[in-house]
Amino acid sequence: MHHQDIALEVVLDIYTRVLRIRRFEEEVGRLFRQGQLPGFVHLYIGEEAVAAGVCAALTDDDTIISTHRGHGHVIAKGGDLNRMMAELFGKATGYCKGKGGSMHIADFDIGMLGAIGIVGGGMPIAVGAGLSAWYTDSDRVSVCFFGDGAANEGSFHESLNLASTLRLPVIFVCENNQYGEFTPALQAMNISDIADRGAGYGIPGLVADGTDALEMYRVAKAAVTRARDGGGPTLIEAKTHRRGSHAEGEEAFLGGQTYRSDEEMAAARTKDPLLLLHSYVSENDILPAAQLETLDAEITQSVAEAVDAARDSPAPEIESLFEDLWV
Amino acid sequence: MPRKTYVAAIQEALAEEMRRDERVFLIGEDVRIGVFPSTRGLHAEFGDRRVIDTPISELAVAGAGIGAAVTGLRPIVDLMFGTFLYLAFDQIANQAGAMRYMYGGQTKVPLVFMVQSGAGSSAGHHHSQAVHQFFMNMPQIKVILPSTPYDGKGLLKSAIRDDNPVIFLHSLSLGGKRGEVPSDEYLLPIGVADVKRSGSDVTICAVGPTVYTALEAAEKLATEGLEAEVIDLRSLSPWDKRTVLESVAKTGRFVAVDESFPTCSAASEWAATVAEEAFPDLKAPVQRVTNADVPMPFSPVLEKAVLPSAADVVAAVHRTLT
Repeated sequence: MHHQDIALEVVLDIYTRVLRIRRFEEEVGRLFRQGQLPGFVHLYIGEEAVAAGVCAALTDDDTIISTHRGHGHVIAKGGDLNRMMAELFGKATGYCKGKGGSMHIADFDIGMLGAIGIVGGGMPIAVGAGLSAWYTDSDRVSVCFFGDGAANEGSFHESLNLASTLRLPVIFVCENNQYGEFTPALQAMNISDIADRGAGYGIPGLVADGTDALEMYRVAKAAVTRARDGGGPTLIEAKTHRRGSHAEGEEAFLGGQTYRSDEEMAAARTKDPLLLLHSYVSENDILPAAQLETLDAEITQSVAEAVDAARDSPAPEIESLFEDLWV
Repeated sequence: MPRKTYVAAIQEALAEEMRRDERVFLIGEDVRIGVFPSTRGLHAEFGDRRVIDTPISELAVAGAGIGAAVTGLRPIVDLMFGTFLYLAFDQIANQAGAMRYMYGGQTKVPLVFMVQSGAGSSAGHHHSQAVHQFFMNMPQIKVILPSTPYDGKGLLKSAIRDDNPVIFLHSLSLGGKRGEVPSDEYLLPIGVADVKRSGSDVTICAVGPTVYTALEAAEKLATEGLEAEVIDLRSLSPWDKRTVLESVAKTGRFVAVDESFPTCSAASEWAATVAEEAFPDLKAPVQRVTNADVPMPFSPVLEKAVLPSAADVVAAVHRTLT
């Protein structure tokens, strides 16, 4: 990793975002295995560099749209761990008062316009957020996170083409984690780089190392600048790897079958985004080891507090079923 | 009072609301050129930014409307034909109607999807279906299908000012119909029916083009000495249950007339509601008059045969008397 041009405080900021996501997701995985969380949970472990690097290149006014695997995007944009955890528990104090759950967390106050549970479903909405910025002469940009699976949806085609023809400030960030559920991405398309599809829409299509948070930051920063300057959309394909399951508890769906080799998983572990960034931070003396440990302990503590608060929170009142309806 | 066509009234509503509120804009395929007269002339007045032509991408355009709505604008998404809404189903069913609720009230989605709906131009199955019944089944989507120029203008203006997603359907067969439209501004409330004709013998409930079918049937029934009350619902979701139930309390007979395919039609919902809530008032079983249960055929002769006719309505009323 050679990122000497990136300011140390930015590196530390990105490192903090990666670590917050990792510790949150590890705890969510534990809670799910203990049977404490209802519903489906899709963890972002192994992909943290993408959300952290990209969101560090944004301002609070910029907006993002997320996916079913959306916890990392909320945290990277500055989301509140307590309200997130409470939502995962289905509690009244959650971001969505228990009406959304893991796949539908939003925080409109920080420009997090929502996680969308339908693959590709958020892409047109992100185009609309970009349209809004263009319409109001704002220099806001809209970031659309989506996966390799979404790149095969019709909404991908329509959204990139629409954003390109209207020259909207939208940054399409494809998190290619190598699998659409259990099907290898390379089995679901006859090209090796989704980024190549940018050419089909007349927009730049860039491949980035999605395990390197600082590279993600650099690539995103350039795309953001281009979008703010009226240059239109960019497609960024972040090559990453889904460390864990498609959804926690996937063994139950697989009935003893496997779909990834031990070698593949071992190789992926050598490209762990947290460890890579930790090495960079340590080697460049960005923060002394003791302070890094303190930071980790603080984050771990804040996650534990979020869990406690969520457990202690009230369940939604049944009457709330009929709240948040037509304005 | 000036008489205007149905499409002219819609165009007037769009222009007035765009003048009133800069956040209101029109987006869709060929809205600049105004391929349908309802949008013609708007580009000349409002320019490229507020009358936005798009590729033929219903899903993305519908979703872009949602994205613009949740970030402070008030889009009118023109998707041309009702059947084209099917291409945008995910955005309407999974996102537009659900977002406010799903995100715990954090946002609102002030958005109008505008399409022509229904038969009348002999255009075959892909351009002739009434689609309102699908969207009645989706929580938190408002659905409007006006039958007159006056209602069209007043309800579209209300839809544009509404903070929720609204599907505004204007009837293909009524486009050239003329009616009185005041020059002064007015709004009509969504969800309020209009009693087109009073009567004490039978309640006939209709919406959009079937309002005229019902009125024609009522004329024929009058010659037999039967006085039908004809209700134009105007809005399908929410719909004016109270006006219908009050009428049935008076007449004791109910006929629902609807240009939908029969299963889970709008008529099914009205009939079920009357059977459920007004059973003690009923002197006879409720009746439904809908399209025949076949895809829309092309030939004008066949298309006419699929649609509810005044004779069908008269026959249904007769069934309530035996």
